[in-house]
Amino acid sequence: MRRSGLLLPLVLFGVLALVPGLRAAGVPLGGFWPLLLERVIVFAIAAMSLDLILGIGGLVSFGHAAPLAIGAYTVAILNEANVTEAALVVPCAMVAAGVFALLTGAVALRTRGINFIMITLAFAQMVFFAVSSLADYGGEDGYTLFSRTRVLGHDWLGANNFYVSALVVLFGVWLLLRMISLSRFGRALAACRQNRVRVRALGLDPFAIELVAMVIAAMICAVAGVLMANEAEFVSPAYGGWQRSGDLMVMVILGGIGSLHGAILGAFVVVLAEEGLGRLTQHWPLIYGPGLILAVLYLRGGLAGIGVRRG
Amino acid sequence: MAEALLEIVGLRKSYGALRVTDGVDLRVAAGTIHAVIGPNGAGKTTLIGQIFGAIRPDSGQIRLAGRDITGLSPHRRARLGLARSFQITSVLPEFSVLENVALAVQGSHGSAFRFVWPARSEAKWNGLALAGLERVGLAGRAGDLASALSHGEKRQLELAMALVAEPRAMLLDEPLAGAGPEEAARLIALLGGLRGSCAILLVEHDMDAVFQLADTISVLAQGRVIASGTPDAIRADPVVRAAYLGEDF
Amino acid sequence: MILFVVQALNGFQLGMLLFLIAAGLTLVFGVMKFVNLAHGVQYMLGAYLGVTFAAHAGGFWPALVLASVVAGLAGLVLERLIFRHLYGRSELDQVLATFGVIITLNEIVRVIWGSSPLELAMPEGLSASFQLMEGLRYPVYRVALAGAGILVAVLLAFVVNRTRVGMLIRAGASNQEMVGALGVDIGGLFRLVFGVGAMLAGFAGVLAGPLVSVEPGMGENLLILAFVVIVIGGVGSIRGAFVAAVIVGLVDTLGRAMITDAAKALLSGPASARLGPAVASMLIYLVMAAVLAVRPTGLFPARA
Repeated sequence: MRRSGLLLPLVLFGVLALVPGLRAAGVPLGGFWPLLLERVIVFAIAAMSLDLILGIGGLVSFGHAAPLAIGAYTVAILNEANVTEAALVVPCAMVAAGVFALLTGAVALRTRGINFIMITLAFAQMVFFAVSSLADYGGEDGYTLFSRTRVLGHDWLGANNFYVSALVVLFGVWLLLRMISLSRFGRALAACRQNRVRVRALGLDPFAIELVAMVIAAMICAVAGVLMANEAEFVSPAYGGWQRSGDLMVMVILGGIGSLHGAILGAFVVVLAEEGLGRLTQHWPLIYGPGLILAVLYLRGGLAGIGVRRG
Repeated sequence: MAEALLEIVGLRKSYGALRVTDGVDLRVAAGTIHAVIGPNGAGKTTLIGQIFGAIRPDSGQIRLAGRDITGLSPHRRARLGLARSFQITSVLPEFSVLENVALAVQGSHGSAFRFVWPARSEAKWNGLALAGLERVGLAGRAGDLASALSHGEKRQLELAMALVAEPRAMLLDEPLAGAGPEEAARLIALLGGLRGSCAILLVEHDMDAVFQLADTISVLAQGRVIASGTPDAIRADPVVRAAYLGEDF
Repeated sequence: MILFVVQALNGFQLGMLLFLIAAGLTLVFGVMKFVNLAHGVQYMLGAYLGVTFAAHAGGFWPALVLASVVAGLAGLVLERLIFRHLYGRSELDQVLATFGVIITLNEIVRVIWGSSPLELAMPEGLSASFQLMEGLRYPVYRVALAGAGILVAVLLAFVVNRTRVGMLIRAGASNQEMVGALGVDIGGLFRLVFGVGAMLAGFAGVLAGPLVSVEPGMGENLLILAFVVIVIGGVGSIRGAFVAAVIVGLVDTLGRAMITDAAKALLSGPASARLGPAVASMLIYLVMAAVLAVRPTGLFPARA
């Protein structure tokens, strides 16, 4: 962990908790902003899981949309089989994504640098084309869920409860990832980012450490995929598209790489760019794209890094 | 002679027609410092690479305390008690000095796969790490970032990282490279103090240091050991003198 | 049998298209260690410019030349404005910035040419088909496209292996400091390689125009296939790119045809219809994984 201050993350969670708070206080809150924040929360879970491998482990994975799509399609496939209980759906999604990460990660981690980027991208594209050709689940057009996933029989992922449930999951994921990143494992993972040869000489196996990190990240991201499918009541191959992988990386970088909570900020900026700018002009990428280029060229350390002196 | 802790038998490695290691035998006894010297291109770097497992030999055997480790990966060798320092300083720049050593303690005393409890507040390991830093005289800088250390201090840090593993054998690849005269003197004293704690294989260009420190010296030339013996015997050896052609010891 | 021959030819022709894109990408990476995700944009730009020039500048052939040149120039402009600030930066920065370039240029194309797919007519002389064997007619244009790919491959192989510039490119791929020490203008070499790479991608875009629909984002799917090609062939190697492009083109095209058939033979009706296409679409990635499992640096690594 490079920055472990607690103020900013708690402020961020406080802001996100305003929506249900105000609702509980009787303020009739609806429309654009709560829905937008709902999406921010779901994307933040996915981006935060990417931050474990990208920020802490230094592994530039351009394929993190794959576990997202695997999670979402687990919901769709089980939905078609009339299974909508989260106690089944979530473990299935996590196991599927974990196995995928284990197999593809074992190949990708044999390489470094540019090859690693291209291979993770290619494997994610493989998932994209595989789900695109699932004719029973809508093929390229996607699949509309019959019903949302129920949690132990409760309607916690229903439209009215979704926000709070997703926020609870985000908070839990943040606590979990923070714990992991501060643990022995997290320290070893951060050491691999800095100097793999050195880590190996100390008696630790970087390959195993990085592979486990990729599996953990994929499993968490699959949970975000489950939530995303429920939020939209719809899944489509685009969930696993390379642009989505790129967006997740952008969220991590813009928010402040390696900080975990930065993923929330990054998700907010990207979702706002897509949906907020999208309301103003259909040509919003003309603002988002150049903004991204400029941010990479000039904004080092991300949004969470503004005002933080870098050592 | 005491029993050899680190034993290298008939090690061979060729790149095409070039024989970089041509049947090397070495025995490093417990508690002694064994220096390997030789002119540039003699095959020292390749030899170290093979002993530590970064390079796979074509034939021959490497044994640590009687156990054949020839086919093991570097981290498995480290786990069995083989520690090393690098020719080019190799520390973890974003970690504090203490954390660098604590990670070395983790590498030798525990596994990487524990996901709960903050690693930084593991008192027992931090204690061991601090003790290691004290041995090399770096305890005062425990809280600083490793990247903030001077070159010589990084060398000391590397030694601490090797020492806390309580290794059976240590490979020191030019530990004095790049150190100024003062730093070198301090490091030589430090290395001399390690005699007796484990078997040390020392590769070094600084001949003063080698003759001051080594119990045994082996001379490598064109991938072969051309002479092996006490510093005095090596100094007097005409074959060695020929290999170093007029260089004065 | 006839089907097999047709698929094999189509596969080879896809391979040539991939080679034209992968060649520039792999050289650019080999020489400047620069990860250019936006390389697919050049291909798209080539296709769009091809459509426009074909309509206003006298047909397909002038369009082929003009569009390739303009796409190459556009690449140089991008290099000047953005990419040169990214040399020496981390791969992550390069990936993100060029990701931004893709987003921006796809949208610019949408603004200029609209979102709906455009068509590029085949050149008159090549729009016929010919008798390849008993009962099989094959389009002349596809053969010409494959021929163009081979021609470029031969030319590139000659330049890289036999000329001074080629020697510098090879040296740059293995040891950049050395080339700098020789007193060579590295910046100039970069721009040359970059411009040629962009031009080849644009050239591929025009050539592909009559066979595919010209639309925003058309470059990226091909780009990712080109990545697979580079990974299999070995980063920085022209020969590797050529061999791997042919492998990927053949495996993808033949795989789609044959796996669906095999699935039909092995499984009962509906299951094969479901699984066949999914497995076929995964095939090249599995080939990539298999190659990497044996040779992590690809078939023909440029650096020892």
